[in-house]
Amino acid sequence: MIDALHDTLAARLPAPQWERLGQWRRRVSESPHDVREFFPRAGREIGRGDLVGPAETGHPCRGWRTDDAARTLLLAALPQRGDDLVAELRWLYETGDAAERHAVLRSLDPLDLRADTDTLDGALPLVHDALRANDLRMVTAAVGDYTARHLPAPAWRHAVLKCVFTGIPLSAVSGLDERADPELLRMLNDFAAERTAAGRAVPPDVATFLRAHPAP
Amino acid sequence: MRLFDPHIHMTSRTTDDYAAMRAAGVRALVEPSFWLGQPRTSVGSFVDYFDALIGWEPFRAAQFGISHHCAVALNPKEANDPRCREVLDLLPRYLVKDRVVAVGEIGYDSMTPEEDTAFAAQLALAVRHDLPVLVHTPHRDKASGTRRTLDVVRESGIAPERVVVDHLNELTVAAVLDAGCWAGFSVYPQTKMDEHRMVTLLREYGLERILVNSAADWGRSDPLKTRATADTMLASGFTTADVERVMWHNPVAFYGQSGRLDLTGPAPDIGESHEGNSIERGPRPAARTAAG
Repeated sequence: MIDALHDTLAARLPAPQWERLGQWRRRVSESPHDVREFFPRAGREIGRGDLVGPAETGHPCRGWRTDDAARTLLLAALPQRGDDLVAELRWLYETGDAAERHAVLRSLDPLDLRADTDTLDGALPLVHDALRANDLRMVTAAVGDYTARHLPAPAWRHAVLKCVFTGIPLSAVSGLDERADPELLRMLNDFAAERTAAGRAVPPDVATFLRAHPAP
Repeated sequence: MRLFDPHIHMTSRTTDDYAAMRAAGVRALVEPSFWLGQPRTSVGSFVDYFDALIGWEPFRAAQFGISHHCAVALNPKEANDPRCREVLDLLPRYLVKDRVVAVGEIGYDSMTPEEDTAFAAQLALAVRHDLPVLVHTPHRDKASGTRRTLDVVRESGIAPERVVVDHLNELTVAAVLDAGCWAGFSVYPQTKMDEHRMVTLLREYGLERILVNSAADWGRSDPLKTRATADTMLASGFTTADVERVMWHNPVAFYGQSGRLDLTGPAPDIGESHEGNSIERGPRPAARTAAG
């Protein structure tokens, strides 16, 4: 994934921004503390907006924003691994604005999948924090592949339910079909029953999902 | 009608206010940091407050199609509390954030030595971070406080056109404009300034370097006073272009000096794309929260 982000940014960023990101990545690999200087500036100095257009189906970077991708490459350039990397991610998340926190959450999956590193499951507290947020951008960024791999079942079920409650489409939840278990189906059926009893509509994606997964 | 409220404390306002502001034409605003009515007792309270200004509050505003930026500072009143003074050390961390477009509100409340120190230190921070400044003038002893404010601004070396001196009235506006600073007016239901006096001042002083705000907060105030002023301008013979100048182009020009004003859409920075659909695009029900 990091290679795909790298190649896509290289191809799509204007040359000066790509060059600047390259300088930042070199600086960060030699002087890791400098990531704290570059991370907040990435949106306005490298780029914002969708990295890949909605029509580009099948593109590996679909759903990525340019600022998230640039920040992820910066994090990938850090020399730290394991707990040390998690500590830096945590600092950047906790002191970050909404866009920076979003980027840290989006980076977890690609950083976790790197071949040269141990699993990053120590970053789960950041996911828990984002799932407690009322900001739907954070919740959405927190139900990606990293979460699907690492979040324990009780918290994961509640994350799915929170998406349903707040109108985040189920298509945003990674690993839904693989991880859906009888307890989640019970919770979603109860949610649908509650909505129906109140005379409110069951969201179409929830109704479709429940039809495809009949209660045991 | 397109309105930009250059000074309003949305943290203290409801979603009904956001909906009414949007309906009245407000498309952008700047929320300066100020005190909260109840004194804060630790730096941690400021961390959470500033984090909300660069996190939750822009999200809330975007739900109503309003672009939210903020100004960050230790306010003059709490600069007098030794428990809060360490906030000054915290500010550099926030002054590099995307949606922070100014240092503010700084200035004087009771004109104490502690306020002197905090004011000068934060003007220096603004210079270092290349940001404009929002300066609050004291409600008590305003004329004298405004003169002293302009002295401190001059001594700091900051370019006067990067400073707005706010909460002005008939007796303080001339000195501020003469100094080359922007003149800010807070239109209130009873105190500070009202829309009719405001229009008289616009006739006398012109439209250049003037900002009109509601400064609505947790006290008796009205977030629709920008619209009320715009309507009063039109009723008094000002053109729609004049209104647009004062209520939109002036704040865009002032805060645009930060290089960070992002007005690319009615709700910038929002809209997580899933399968090409943006969950935040279009109107959302005002009362919908994560509680469902």
